Amino acid sequence: MNLITEPISVSHYLAVGALLFVTGVVCMATKRNAIGVLMGVELVLNGANLNFVAFGSELLRATNLGLDGQLMAMFVIVLAAAEAAVALAIALNFYNNHSTIDVDRADDLRG
Amino acid sequence: MILQAAINWQSFYFLLFAFVACGFALAVVFSNNIVHMAFFLTLSLGAIAGLFFLAGAEFVGAMQFMIYVGGTLVLLIFGVMLTAQSKFVSMKTAAGEWVLGAILGGALFVLLIRAGFAVPEWNTPRSDAASLVAADAQHATAIGGAVTGYRVDRLSEENPVLRNGMSGYLLPFEIVSIHLLVVLIGASYLARTKKRVKVAV
Repeated sequence: MNLITEPISVSHYLAVGALLFVTGVVCMATKRNAIGVLMGVELVLNGANLNFVAFGSELLRATNLGLDGQLMAMFVIVLAAAEAAVALAIALNFYNNHSTIDVDRADDLRG
Repeated sequence: MILQAAINWQSFYFLLFAFVACGFALAVVFSNNIVHMAFFLTLSLGAIAGLFFLAGAEFVGAMQFMIYVGGTLVLLIFGVMLTAQSKFVSMKTAAGEWVLGAILGGALFVLLIRAGFAVPEWNTPRSDAASLVAADAQHATAIGGAVTGYRVDRLSEENPVLRNGMSGYLLPFEIVSIHLLVVLIGASYLARTKKRVKVAV
């Protein structure tokens, strides 16, 4: 098992980020609960964040993005907080108006 | 059997946090109970903060804990609690949607993994990786300087074209501040108490 004896590289982080991204996308696609869809968005953003931090890390690569990667990750974290607040307000409004949180029932705009 | 001296502890902790993060992310997808999903997501995001620390991004890791695990997830859990009627706690997904999701997810995963391992420069760890210590990373001051418009980490950029991009992040930081203010006022306005409309279910 050479994973545990060899130092890690950017690709290791990319693999973890890829899995988080894919789980987030599948979560968004399959969940019927609006809050569950929001959780999928959080997973996608964290997968992307992990890639930013990995490319900016001087421990993993000699020529790295430097501080840019970490600053992008910070902006993503802050914008994710804002996004969660608005999306939650919309979900609560939807729940108050329709008495359900099932996104499949949000078809009022269907022509 | 691996001799203890041969274990690279940074790789060991990377594997530990990576398995926790990926395992609970998968648990979020495969769980039907929204309350369990919120708990699994907390553990997954906490493990991702550990991965940030291991990559030497100690400030981002701390922010991940404070803003994500401490703020965003508390918001999500409030959303779960406010909408958790018994019939919405556990909503089953149709089998056809699972098949579509699996096809989409599998294709995307293969694509991303192949892309991630395609570049040799990303595959190979630093040759002097053993001499680097993740705990030595000190980025908080540099990040503080960068968001106030002064990049201390790239003072010696040779290329004059690239040097124009080294002027810091003051403008995005200001935009994000105003954005947060607007968004939070808008969210509290949207979520204010109203008379509930009765709909036949």
